[in-house]
Amino acid sequence: MTDPPLLAVENLTKHFPVESGWWGRPRPPVRAVDGVSLHLDKGEVLAIAGESGCGKSTLGRAVLRLIEPTSGAIRLDGTDVLALSRQELRKVRRRMQIVFQDPYASLNPRMRVGGIVGEPLRIHNLAGGTALREKVAELLETVGLPADAESRYPHEFSGGQRQRIGVARALAVQPEILIADEPVSALDVSVQAQILNLLQDLKEKYDLSFIFISHDLNVVRFFSDRIAIMYLGQFVEAGTNAQVFGLPHHPYTVALLSAVPVPDPARKRDRILLPGDLPNPAAPPPGCRFHTRCPLRMPLCESAVPALTPREDGRLVACHLSGPARMGG
Amino acid sequence: MTDFWISAGWPARVSLALLAAFALAALFAPVAAPYDPAAQNRRHPHHPPMRVHLAPPGEWSEGPLYVHKTKLADIRKRRYEETEERIRLSFFKRGKVLTTADPDARLFLLGTDALGRDFFSRLVYGGRISLSIGLVGVAISYTLGILIGAFSGYVGGRTDFVIMRATEILMSLPTFYFLLALAVIIPATLPSSLTYLLIVAILSFIGWAGLARIVRGLVLSEREREYVLAARAMGASGARVLVRHVVPSTFNYAVVSATLSIPGYILGESALSFLGLGIKDPDSSWGLLLAEAQNVEYLLRFQWLLIPGLLIFLTVMAFNFLGDALRDHMDPKRRGKD
Repeated sequence: MTDPPLLAVENLTKHFPVESGWWGRPRPPVRAVDGVSLHLDKGEVLAIAGESGCGKSTLGRAVLRLIEPTSGAIRLDGTDVLALSRQELRKVRRRMQIVFQDPYASLNPRMRVGGIVGEPLRIHNLAGGTALREKVAELLETVGLPADAESRYPHEFSGGQRQRIGVARALAVQPEILIADEPVSALDVSVQAQILNLLQDLKEKYDLSFIFISHDLNVVRFFSDRIAIMYLGQFVEAGTNAQVFGLPHHPYTVALLSAVPVPDPARKRDRILLPGDLPNPAAPPPGCRFHTRCPLRMPLCESAVPALTPREDGRLVACHLSGPARMGG
Repeated sequence: MTDFWISAGWPARVSLALLAAFALAALFAPVAAPYDPAAQNRRHPHHPPMRVHLAPPGEWSEGPLYVHKTKLADIRKRRYEETEERIRLSFFKRGKVLTTADPDARLFLLGTDALGRDFFSRLVYGGRISLSIGLVGVAISYTLGILIGAFSGYVGGRTDFVIMRATEILMSLPTFYFLLALAVIIPATLPSSLTYLLIVAILSFIGWAGLARIVRGLVLSEREREYVLAARAMGASGARVLVRHVVPSTFNYAVVSATLSIPGYILGESALSFLGLGIKDPDSSWGLLLAEAQNVEYLLRFQWLLIPGLLIFLTVMAFNFLGDALRDHMDPKRRGKD
């Protein structure tokens, strides 16, 4: 890590204020993202995984400033994104684009596909007239859509095709970073593979960097170089794919991985069922946030917050246990 | 437009044709109406509509159509008797579509009013006001309502709060009394064209508030949609997101609502005109003409005075059918399925 990373996020926090009653005391905010740091190098795929409600989508949107972060720093090539004015931010948005989860909600139903894919080009004055039409046709071809798609409406397409439209739109401005917010979880499994392959091809073709947000660990394993596991607004473990999937250290990671379906009926599996639900992010438990559900909790966990510290192999883990967690079996 | 004609059902096609006919007649009123709407024929008060006869083919050189000349038999009962004398009609003479061959003869297609003014001519000229007041009024109030509502909903916060309280104040005014109060400000000596503009302004001023509130609600739900977020992620400015993505989503509602509120303007104008605060004699509007049918005795004896009511009814229905068809047409999910 001699070169500065393409994207560096430091201590990013997003607290959503909770409306208080007429006379009520102000209630504590929901800490959707609570002090997250990450970095992304050129051409790298960083996956962010965790269960629903852990704050991973909020993190993705906060990085783009689609949701204004409460505090922290986002540096893109050394430029502090949070310090930019609205005008400057709009220019920077060319470099970071997002693909959304729901291909039905993320395309304007009243616009033709050509208009949708061409819009970013028009916004940034990158092309007009015939050049615009050619560029749109080229983009549609890149993502594997028929040329006549341009004059049709989103509702005429299947989920997978619509997601291709979303990808084409994101690619239009030739971004360096693509934030993929659960890009395949709304799709059928067979279609998921097609979209993932498309993203993989595009990554190689355009040397894209990805922040890949997903709750599906099989998808993550296929697609990412590094992975960060998120729990209740914070990272609990972050490392390379091989490290995290090979030998998870944090008890939460272990539990998550044990829940991944394996397509082999002969293999005996020890699923670790975590008791209870995700705690209220407006009132996270004291000490380690995971201690209320952790099978390996110690008295220390209830009072002391474990810091995200590097282990000998370079991965980061936030746990009072010193080695890999051993559970079940 | 051809798309629309194909996708629309017959009620919408008939409505469109009807409104087009009304609009053409109003637009070319000096040609369509045989007489000046203010020209009085004191010897023909409350003359009933004349029956138009088709002449035998041999007499067509003089004109294929004729009416019988009438004579006032009883002035108090307004009883007219047809004589044997025929009045020939001709097309496109003296710059009129249909008029009498003899310039001194009279043709009362839809009868006359108390002052013997040709009712058909007055209806044609009255259509200019009645048809346009709805369109102009809706255009003004909907532009205001959609822009203010969308802005309020999109910006939110304090601005939203202030605008919404303003609309509530406006909506809490009792509409009709407010209308009366404002109409009284208009001096009676003002020419009708100016009065007309002021009425439109007054009606629009009251009309936008309700729409603004609804549009705001639509925008509030729309701005959280992912495609709006996507537009922002592309780097679209607030104005662009608002105009390209958020406002069009309210159009379906607005089109239907607009066609439904056009009648309100037509009726609002007639209410004011009826009370003597809107369009004034000798100028003409459907509302003003209908006001003559207030008298029950008149109604029983001179049924043709109800024709402006029929025209208002037809116009209102036509706009409703048209609105329905437009809504279906504008919904992209229904496109290509009819």
